[in-house]
Amino acid sequence: MYSYYLTIVLAPLFAAIVAGLFGYKIGRKGAHSITIGAVGLSCVLSFYVLYRMYWGGAEPENISVYTWAVSDGLRMEVGFLVDRLTVLMMAVVTFVSFMVHIYTIGYMHDDPGYQRFFSYISLFTFSMLMLVMSNNFLQLFFGWEAVGLVSYLLIGFWFKRETAIFANLKAFLVNRVGDFGFILGIAAVVMFTGSLDYATVFGQAEEVAAQSVEVFPGSPWNAMTLICILLFIGAMGKSAQAPLHVWLPDSMEGPTPISALIHAATMVTAGIFMVARMSPLYEFSTTALAVVIVIGAITAFFMGLLGIVQNDIKRVVAYSTLSQLGYMTVALGASAYGAAIFHLMTHAFFKALLFLAAGSVIIAMHHEQDIRKMGGIRKYMPITYWTSLIGSLALIGFPGTAGFFSKDLLIEAVRDSHWHGEGAVYWIAYLSVLLGVFVTALYSFRMFFLVFHGEERMDKETRSHLHETPWVVTVPLVMLAIPSLAIGWFTVGPVLFGGFFGDAIFVEHSRDVLAHIGEHWHGPMGLLTHTWQTPVFWLAMGGLATAVYLYLLRPDLPAKIKAKVEGLYNLLDRKYYFDDLYIKGFAAWGRGIGTALWKHGDQFLIDGVLVNGTANSVGKLAGVMRQLQSGYLYTYAFAMIIGLTMFLGWLIWFR
Amino acid sequence: MIFEAMLFYLFAAIMIGAALGVVFAKNPVHSVMFLVLTFFNSAILWLMAEAEFLAIVLVLVYVGAVMVLFLFVIMMLEVNVEAVKRGLTRYAPLAIAIALIMVIELIQLIWLRSQDVQVSSSFAPNPEGYDNTKALGAVLYTEHVYAFEIAAVILLLAIVAAITLTMRKRPGLKVQDIAKQVSVRAKDRIRIVKMDAEKKQ
Amino acid sequence: MIGLQHYLTLSAMLFVLSIAGIIINRRNLILLLMCIELMLLAVNFNFIAFSRYLGDETGQVFVFFILTVAAAEAAIGLAILVVLFRTRRSINVEELNRMKG
Repeated sequence: MYSYYLTIVLAPLFAAIVAGLFGYKIGRKGAHSITIGAVGLSCVLSFYVLYRMYWGGAEPENISVYTWAVSDGLRMEVGFLVDRLTVLMMAVVTFVSFMVHIYTIGYMHDDPGYQRFFSYISLFTFSMLMLVMSNNFLQLFFGWEAVGLVSYLLIGFWFKRETAIFANLKAFLVNRVGDFGFILGIAAVVMFTGSLDYATVFGQAEEVAAQSVEVFPGSPWNAMTLICILLFIGAMGKSAQAPLHVWLPDSMEGPTPISALIHAATMVTAGIFMVARMSPLYEFSTTALAVVIVIGAITAFFMGLLGIVQNDIKRVVAYSTLSQLGYMTVALGASAYGAAIFHLMTHAFFKALLFLAAGSVIIAMHHEQDIRKMGGIRKYMPITYWTSLIGSLALIGFPGTAGFFSKDLLIEAVRDSHWHGEGAVYWIAYLSVLLGVFVTALYSFRMFFLVFHGEERMDKETRSHLHETPWVVTVPLVMLAIPSLAIGWFTVGPVLFGGFFGDAIFVEHSRDVLAHIGEHWHGPMGLLTHTWQTPVFWLAMGGLATAVYLYLLRPDLPAKIKAKVEGLYNLLDRKYYFDDLYIKGFAAWGRGIGTALWKHGDQFLIDGVLVNGTANSVGKLAGVMRQLQSGYLYTYAFAMIIGLTMFLGWLIWFR
Repeated sequence: MIFEAMLFYLFAAIMIGAALGVVFAKNPVHSVMFLVLTFFNSAILWLMAEAEFLAIVLVLVYVGAVMVLFLFVIMMLEVNVEAVKRGLTRYAPLAIAIALIMVIELIQLIWLRSQDVQVSSSFAPNPEGYDNTKALGAVLYTEHVYAFEIAAVILLLAIVAAITLTMRKRPGLKVQDIAKQVSVRAKDRIRIVKMDAEKKQ
Repeated sequence: MIGLQHYLTLSAMLFVLSIAGIIINRRNLILLLMCIELMLLAVNFNFIAFSRYLGDETGQVFVFFILTVAAAEAAIGLAILVVLFRTRRSINVEELNRMKG
């Protein structure tokens, strides 16, 4: 299997290098052929590995590929840990990536950076696979940073746009904050266990949990809590959890395929995956789990609210992504790692679908993204219409769709996470996810109705060109719609309750909510028939109904409501003033320090006093000294004689 | 002994006088002549210090070669004596001051400092059959042979340098190029033309 | 009697005279060269006197080398002088200040 794993990882890298460095030699067709071929190969092999692992009963494998360095007993390796968690991620990543590759042919059709784009997304696939297949923290960090780099490159793909450059810089800087915590977490792992290897570290989890460390003098912390919270700060950056979420909406400046692949389906879920992977560590720190669940809950609810007021089609989807990531994080905090990963998987399908559908609309609208200028597109673009309906239904958790199973069980797991007690943490989490369902339904169908139904608000010119997008766009939509609709039916039981993850995820017995739910599990049909008894269903339907009422039946109402609660609207419109806080607060502060250091430290002290000062004083001294250089021979002879006289005098009288 | 001392003082006085002449003579040619006199007298004084070899070398090399060179250059250049000698008085006070300080220092060094050491007595006589030249040669060719060789190289260098510096390539100078002369072949110079003998008119 | 001190005194007088000569004859390059020769003679006097006083020939070897180098120096110095005169038509030191800083 070793060569399979290597092929899965290296094929996209090879394609990325070829398309990136020789893009103009092989042309557009060559570039997309080779990258799609390589990612397709990765995808097929990943599914084969998945098949072997699940149906073939293959054992998890932990392979060390290459030892990069050994320093003071610390082994730095490149290696693959392929267990059930990994193969699921591999399958999701390569499948979505494959779809996006095909879709890109249509979306980027007229773009001059065609080959570059394909090179980047293949490179992304490679990085993401390195991340999920890693068997040690160092490679995890490599993958982590590599996907961050590609994300940076792709957000700023249209680098001539000022806003794109701002957005990618913002994404980069905010991720640095998260990565700072992440690398500190890895450092803490190395400090306490002396190893980077997962298996070794997990083996020592219990001993580490018994130690404490004084972060601030006088207040001892549990070492495991420290490690887990630091690692989670990394996950907050990458998975865009509040308060480090600000980069994700802005990242919509990048091309839509990228929003689908990186900023919805795969890269942003890296944080979720990482926490699930580190479950043997998190299970030893309930404090860290409490932090995780609260952060996730805040993100899930409040970011969803923002989706209601957005007018950019991609930003609405972006905020829904934030909200769904919050759901996954809540599940992690409730020790329902399986539910988080399951939601990750279904979300990858339907969110990629929604983004690609949004992209399809954007193509048809000639790159107009404002939903206020759309409306009634249904009859022009039937395939896009139906697929995005499926995506939206899956997103709100309409019974029977993939999102239904994952979200319903996720919320149930949160409800059952009794060890968080009856205290504030539990209620914040549970109420947030419940209310979030309503909000999700509201904003999803607000967008859906504004885009596809109602009066046609676009200008005549655009309307005359409006037609369904080519097959390279619609085929991925259909391909993604199928799993969005159906994958829940036959995966929910095995993945969540069938012990799918095996040893990959460790849950402490008393907290194993999924096992608890599993005791009453009667198959997907059972869940479906009982669904009308749950608040989740009614909240979703309530949100849907509200959207129908406000945006289909009484389109004049939203403006009135908006006028009524202008304060609240402004708060949402300004995204809770996070951007203002960061840009005017931290960024301005940092720039102030930078300017001060530049002006006083660099220009004045180093340049002015030290460097130029040295040169100037040498120059001035030389200017004085050159008066001595008269050029007359006798002056020199005279100087020598006087020197000799003085030297002799010193020798005689003063020594 | 008294005679010897008297000779020493006599020659020393002449030498100092000659040295004064070198410095103060208005004409450079006279300066050189005074310098020659200085060298002669110092050679005599060296002889009295039983450094015979160096005394002879001084006369041969300096008087015989270097001084002639000086004289030759001065005469060749025909420097305007008056223009060069002007300004003598302007710097005389400075020269005298410096010289005075130096004199005080040297007196201090030679006379006052050495009162407790007996150095003013005459030199110990050399042993019987001592040969200055031979002794010097014995040291020079053994212990200092490398320095000696280097000195030879320095002299060669001086020859090369002096010639290189002063040689001028004048255009139109008639010189032979031996290499060209040797490499000439008969057919380059002579063309044999076949022609009929001239008929008698 | 005539001993080390007499010779040293003589050499000192020669030396001081040559220094005075250098300062006074600030204009004529040839005279400067001659004063340097005079200075070297004074140094040679010292060497010979000490060599004789200590009964060690090394001092005289030094004199020998000084004579060699002085001869070389005089030859090259005069050669430079000749070249200088050819190019500048003067050996007046006060006109030779091209090296002024």
